[in-house]
Amino acid sequence: MRFIDEYRDAAAAERYARAIRRITTRSWTLMEVCGGQTHAIVKFGVDALLPPEVTLVHGPGCPVCVTPLELIEKAIEIASTPGVIFCSFGDMLRVPGRTKDLLTIKSEGGDVRIVYSPLDAVAIARDNPSRQVVFFAVGFETTAPANAMAVFQAARTGVTNFSMLVSHVLVPPALEAILSSPSSRVQGFLAAGHVCTIMGYTEYEPIAAKYHVPIVVTGFEPLDILQGVYMCVKQLEDGRAEVENQYARAVRRDGNVPAQQLVREVFRIVPRKWRGVGEIPQSGFALAAPYEQFDAEIRFGIAALGVDEPTECCSGQIMQGLMKPHECPAFGTRCTPDHPLGATMVSSEGACAAYFRYRRLELAPQNGVTSRAH
Amino acid sequence: MPINSSGVSCPAPIQSRAHVQLAHGGGGRLTNQLIEQVFIPAFANAALDVRHDGARLELGGVKVAFSTDSYVVRPLFFPGGDIGTLAVNGTVNDLAMCGGRARFLSVGFVIEEGLPSETLGRVVASMQAAATSAGVVIATGDTKVVDRGKGDGLYVNTAGIGLIEHDAVIAPASVRPGDSVILSGDVGRHGMAVMAVREGLQFETTIESDCAPLVDSVFGLLDADVDVHCLRDLTRGGLATAAVEIAEAAAVHIRLNEAAIPVREDVRGACEILGFDPLYVANEGRFLAFVPADSVDKAIETLRRFPVSAGAAVVGTVTDAPARLVTLKSLIGATRVVDMLSGEQLPRIC
Repeated sequence: MRFIDEYRDAAAAERYARAIRRITTRSWTLMEVCGGQTHAIVKFGVDALLPPEVTLVHGPGCPVCVTPLELIEKAIEIASTPGVIFCSFGDMLRVPGRTKDLLTIKSEGGDVRIVYSPLDAVAIARDNPSRQVVFFAVGFETTAPANAMAVFQAARTGVTNFSMLVSHVLVPPALEAILSSPSSRVQGFLAAGHVCTIMGYTEYEPIAAKYHVPIVVTGFEPLDILQGVYMCVKQLEDGRAEVENQYARAVRRDGNVPAQQLVREVFRIVPRKWRGVGEIPQSGFALAAPYEQFDAEIRFGIAALGVDEPTECCSGQIMQGLMKPHECPAFGTRCTPDHPLGATMVSSEGACAAYFRYRRLELAPQNGVTSRAH
Repeated sequence: MPINSSGVSCPAPIQSRAHVQLAHGGGGRLTNQLIEQVFIPAFANAALDVRHDGARLELGGVKVAFSTDSYVVRPLFFPGGDIGTLAVNGTVNDLAMCGGRARFLSVGFVIEEGLPSETLGRVVASMQAAATSAGVVIATGDTKVVDRGKGDGLYVNTAGIGLIEHDAVIAPASVRPGDSVILSGDVGRHGMAVMAVREGLQFETTIESDCAPLVDSVFGLLDADVDVHCLRDLTRGGLATAAVEIAEAAAVHIRLNEAAIPVREDVRGACEILGFDPLYVANEGRFLAFVPADSVDKAIETLRRFPVSAGAAVVGTVTDAPARLVTLKSLIGATRVVDMLSGEQLPRIC
């Protein structure tokens, strides 16, 4: 398949691996920001091709994983309200709240529906004028334009029974938070290609300069990641700290300007809590004042719902690159995809899910992961 | 701004599930839990213990295969088939996987009030056509009608009985280290065909279900005296789940080669868009055959004679360790574990 096969070519991958080995003279720790990259690395075994000096740690770029418990509880509260149609992307349904997930609400009779686009939720609202339809708007900058468009369309066409539970987060403030932590091990970033497709990469330039850290905008296929690692290691070996673009077939420096304009029209920047991490200033979106009537938290009177997060799960350290999933004492024993302690074990982009799914061979003996015969 | 990690945090696990969820029917780990924790303890007997697609029984000295399946597909009609063809082929294929040639089927209809009679007529006609094609007789049946809103238009159950006319024990327990794993054709078509229609997804081409009877291919192998150790059709949960089930039941290691597994380009494209792994997508006309290495050439040659298995290829091998595990050599040459999913695959966010 074009645009896929050429980026999964074994011979080319080996050539890149050799090139990385050739230029590496000392140890480097790189973080791939996006959970999609983490899964590609673990699924295809990209890290197995790297020299032992190069360590990849896994970043916070999994929208499902960083959605705070509080928002999951708000979603559950709304989805349990009689008459409500609660629409979400599929990923969010298995994320554990305090005692339930959205799939449980569905099995108890809640009208929880998987949609493929936020505009589908607006259409459902239009088709069901007597019911409240709520869309769970989760994600990074990548999904923000489509979510903004849904609110914009609902406002323009007078779909007043539609609202949105917003849990949008932004990548650059998270990178700054990681870099300014005294325990950070990260020396270079593979930035999330799809986020930059929307936003471009100008906002990363001051971060690279301020913290003297190379940032390489990187795609999601095995060869993209190997090339991103090569470019990042080359900068580190050369003593440079610049923003470079590996994913040039999709990303321009200024990004998608009309999409950014729509996002600025509908959203405003606010502080956001990140699950397992805590609050990061100016790190997310909420609906801008002209669109507040579409804010589900206000409509359902749950803005004040607060939830204390217990301290069982290590996902915060994992998403900051301080720990690998299998180093968590609960990994594969008390925490599995069937019984997750945290969202990183259930999300399709979660680092723990990737390790559990693809790395059981190496990890099983010490963690006692068992599987049951059918 | 440093991160405050002091409150690191995730919630208590959701240990008990008071209600059955859709994922319990997804064919993955939760389905297996339901079988292990509810059904097997309740019904414990030697026939169930084989853990295969159907039961292998003896009736008055005659060896028979016996199997049942219920069909709840939505929409009822999809490119390449409908609920009727599925209901006949599914049970015929389950019997074939036990080495049984289907002879008689029963059919049970659960019909929702208001279903157009014309719809029922079309389904019944395609059931008879599928039965004729598979050489099986629909010998008995049952009809129930439920209130409007209590069913998805139409549910169909079939059960089937078939004769086992050879001495081979075709079951997971017969799989041996050294066996080759043969896949009968490209994977992922049925699941993506149904999903595309159900969710209104439009791709450049229409993906058609692979729904088909596997009888000719299976009995082609047996008639050619291929020493078939095990067969497994790749329905819910797809190739990956079937391989894991066999590895666990036979206590062997199965090593798959990703580059050898055929996936059609339109199916791959649809899977890439939704974030699905085609190895977990359902099929209705594909199976794995486990045969000793010295039978591989004859098996492949035989399978390729039949249109339904013209794309047969060796996709892996069986070894002894690490037992109860499936691994896959990825396209770029690294090895990873292939696990059973907890439930169904869900479309991703971005």
